[in-house]
Amino acid sequence: MIEFKNITKRFGDKLVLDDVSHVLQTGKTNLIIGTSGSGKTVLQKCLVGLFEPDQGEIIYDGISFTNMNEDDRKMLRQQIGMLFQGSALFDSMTVEDNVKFPLDMFTKESLSSKLKRVNEVLERVNLIGSNKKFPSEISGGMKKRVGIARAIVLNPKFLFCDEPNSGLDPQTSMLIDKLIFDITHEYKMTTIINTHDMNSVMEIGDNILYLKDGKKEWTGNSEDIIFSDNKNLNNFIFASEFLQGAKQLRMMEDKSKSNKP
Amino acid sequence: MNFFAHFGRYILMLKGMFSKPENPKLYWKEFMHQCSEIGIGSLGIVCIISIFMGAVSAVQTAYQIVNPFISKSIISQIVRDTVILEFAPTLICIVLAGVIGSKIASELGNMRVSEQIDALEIMGINTKTYLVLPKIAAAITTIPMLVVIAMVLGIYGGRLTVSMSGILSSESYDSGLKESFVSYNVFFALIKAYTFAFIISSIPAYYGYNVKGGSLEIGRNSTTSVVVSCIVILLADYILAALLL
Repeated sequence: MIEFKNITKRFGDKLVLDDVSHVLQTGKTNLIIGTSGSGKTVLQKCLVGLFEPDQGEIIYDGISFTNMNEDDRKMLRQQIGMLFQGSALFDSMTVEDNVKFPLDMFTKESLSSKLKRVNEVLERVNLIGSNKKFPSEISGGMKKRVGIARAIVLNPKFLFCDEPNSGLDPQTSMLIDKLIFDITHEYKMTTIINTHDMNSVMEIGDNILYLKDGKKEWTGNSEDIIFSDNKNLNNFIFASEFLQGAKQLRMMEDKSKSNKP
Repeated sequence: MNFFAHFGRYILMLKGMFSKPENPKLYWKEFMHQCSEIGIGSLGIVCIISIFMGAVSAVQTAYQIVNPFISKSIISQIVRDTVILEFAPTLICIVLAGVIGSKIASELGNMRVSEQIDALEIMGINTKTYLVLPKIAAAITTIPMLVVIAMVLGIYGGRLTVSMSGILSSESYDSGLKESFVSYNVFFALIKAYTFAFIISSIPAYYGYNVKGGSLEIGRNSTTSVVVSCIVILLADYILAALLL
C-alpha cells in the first residue's frame, strides 16, 4: 500500500500539485486520471522519487519514503517497476538484454537462471521469439510489453505505468490494459497507472483518483464513475455524445434491473 | 542560468559520481566499452591529423629558415618541440573535444530525453556513477595514449615530408631530433593531456546529463558543450604553461 498526504509541488510560480492526499491499494489497479497538465505525471514522479515534493509525505507499506536516506531509497526502488510513456528501453541492448539488465545489476544468479527468468516474463507478456531484436526493430505495442517485462522481472511490489496506452491502437491498448490488470492480480502488486484513456478507466479502474488543475477532485472505482454527479468528472470522462449516450444506457439498464422483483 | 549555477551543478555532478557500484562487473564492462568507443573510435582521426600536422609544421619551418648560417637540422628540433609541447596535446584535444564531446553530450542527452536515465534511477542505480564516471575514467585512460601516438606520428610526418621533398635527409632529421632534447617537455605534455581529457569528457557529460526538453535541446547542449570545452582547454593550456614552464 502507498499512502501520500498533502503533496504539494511547484515549478517556479506554477503550482502543479496542490495538497493531494490518497491511498493506493495493494493488489489493485490504482488509476490517476485527469486532463493533460493536471499533474498526473508529476505526482507519479514524486511517488517514485524522481521529483521531490515541496510539501507532504509519501508512505510505502507504513515506512516514510520522504524521510528515507538515499541508501534506503535505493533498496526500496528495487521493489519498484516502472513502465514509461515512451517505454524507455535501452537502445543499444536487445529485448533480452533490456529485460535481463535488472537481473545482471542486482542478482548473482547464473546466466542460465537469468535467461530462464527472462524467458518466463517474455512469455508472460506474449513476446517469445523477439529476444534478439533491438528496440528499433519492434512495434510500439511490443516496446510497451518489453517495458512491462523489464519492470516485473525482479518481482516488484509496486508497478508504476505512465500512460501505457499512449500512441497505441484501441485493440493493442486493450491488450496492454488486460496484461497490466492480470499481472497486478497475479503478483498481488500495487499498480499505479496514469491515463486519460477512457477505456482503461472503465475496464481496469479498481481505485481511481481524478486530478483537476493539480487538486484531488474525485475518488472511486469504475462503477462509481457511471453514477457520479461530479460535473468536472463527467465532462472529462464522458466528453463525447457517444460516451454520454453509453452512460445513459448503462444507467437505464441498472435502473430496470433494480426495478425487477 | 549564470556561470556560478552551472559550475555548482557541475561540481555536484562530479561529487555524485562517487558511490559504491551495485555490481562492479557491469561497471567494469561499461568502462571497457567506453575505452573502446573513446580510444579506438578516435584513433583514425588522431593518426590522420597527427601526420599532416607534423608534415605542415616541417614544411613551414623549412620555408622560414632562409639564413644559410642556420643548420637545416634545426627543422626537426622545431617540429619535435612544437608537436610535443603544443600540437599533440592541445590541437588533438581540441579535435577530440568535437569528436568525443559531442558524442558524450548527445548520447547522455538522448538517454535523458527518452527517459532511459529515469528508468535507471527507478531501478535504484546511481546514474552518475554508472553513466558519467566510466566515460570520464575511459577518457583519462585513453586520451593520453592517443596524445603519445600523436607525438610519434607528428614527428614521423615531419620526417616523411622533409625527406620526400628533399629539404633534409632522413639521417639529418633523426640526428636533429636527438639534439637538445628536454624530457620534461614530454612530462608537461602528458600533464596537459590528462587535464584536457578530464575537461573534454566531464563538461559534455554535464551538458548531456542535464538536457531538458527534446531533440532540439540535445543539439544545442551538444554544441554548447563543445564550445565550452574548447574555451576551457585553451584557458587551462595557458594556465599550465604559465605555471609549469
